[in-house]
Amino acid sequence: MHELSIAVIIVETVEENLPSKEEKVEKVFLKIGKLSGVVKDALLFSFEIAAKDSQMENAVVEIEELPVIVFCDSCEMSLELGDPPIFRCENCGEATPKIEQGKELEIVSVELKNKK
Amino acid sequence: MTRILEVRKNILKKNDMLAGDLRDKFQSAGVCVVDLVSSPGAGKTELLEKTLEKLSDKGYEVAALVGDLETENDANRLARSGVPVRQIETHGICHLEAEMVDNHLRDWDLSKLDFLFIENVGNLVCPSSYDLGEDFRVVFLAVTEGEDKPLKYPTIYNSSDVAIITKIDLAEAVEFDRQTAVESIHSVRPGIPILEVSAKKEIGMDEWISFLESKVNKKATVAEV
Repeated sequence: MHELSIAVIIVETVEENLPSKEEKVEKVFLKIGKLSGVVKDALLFSFEIAAKDSQMENAVVEIEELPVIVFCDSCEMSLELGDPPIFRCENCGEATPKIEQGKELEIVSVELKNKK
Repeated sequence: MTRILEVRKNILKKNDMLAGDLRDKFQSAGVCVVDLVSSPGAGKTELLEKTLEKLSDKGYEVAALVGDLETENDANRLARSGVPVRQIETHGICHLEAEMVDNHLRDWDLSKLDFLFIENVGNLVCPSSYDLGEDFRVVFLAVTEGEDKPLKYPTIYNSSDVAIITKIDLAEAVEFDRQTAVESIHSVRPGIPILEVSAKKEIGMDEWISFLESKVNKKATVAEV
């Protein structure tokens, strides 16, 4: 389970980007591709541990899971793959190794708590 | 009023950048770097031991980094082949990261090496996210594991460049379905070369060694240009 390492990096990266040490994070928005190797539930669980005593403590994690999208050279079109992803075009049966989406592991933005 | 701060950061950027630096370093030193990944017990260490011996006998300069959660057992075992071997003990971390590789290269003169093997921690999930600056990644599927394993762990197979079916000498005993296994691998990673090997019974080793030699030669040619 490397999600804890990932969660620690998320907390560090967000803290580095906050305008001041006084800011608290209400929500963090992530994009995680289905081929990123990161499991959503494990990340959510790890995040609580990683965020303790940080500016992100108790922040809500919003994860947008991105399906795998490949490009079929024969049909010249993009296709969304299922779970598990089978890299074969459902229209023509050709192999589709070209990945357009699915490996993302990205912090998109954070919502800051309003100051009292 | 909601205050949103755009971050737009790749979470593994630091690892990716360090891996990029390592790749440049390996490239300019002319060493071919091979990352070996599999579940625990698929036969990485056995195959690596034989590989180091054979390449060494052919006059290649080889070295290995071996990742494990704890113990130096694998490094000690591999050291019997007489080539430089270093253990990376991750102390509970389930994968290798570029920084760990970098830290363990220390005083090795990479320009003297033809091959550097990195035996990753036995795990089919976590290593897939971490680039180590390798030239190519080899994933192992032991015949004892089940033919549909690639479908269960598509990410690691998809991120690999070569697949080796190991313990092929046991194929008959465990009623290994070769065709299904090959189809599973190709359905999550189209076009990946697949080799069949038994390190113990010396089956398929020549093809594996030839494959490695073709990579080192190619790299030398590129470096000369």
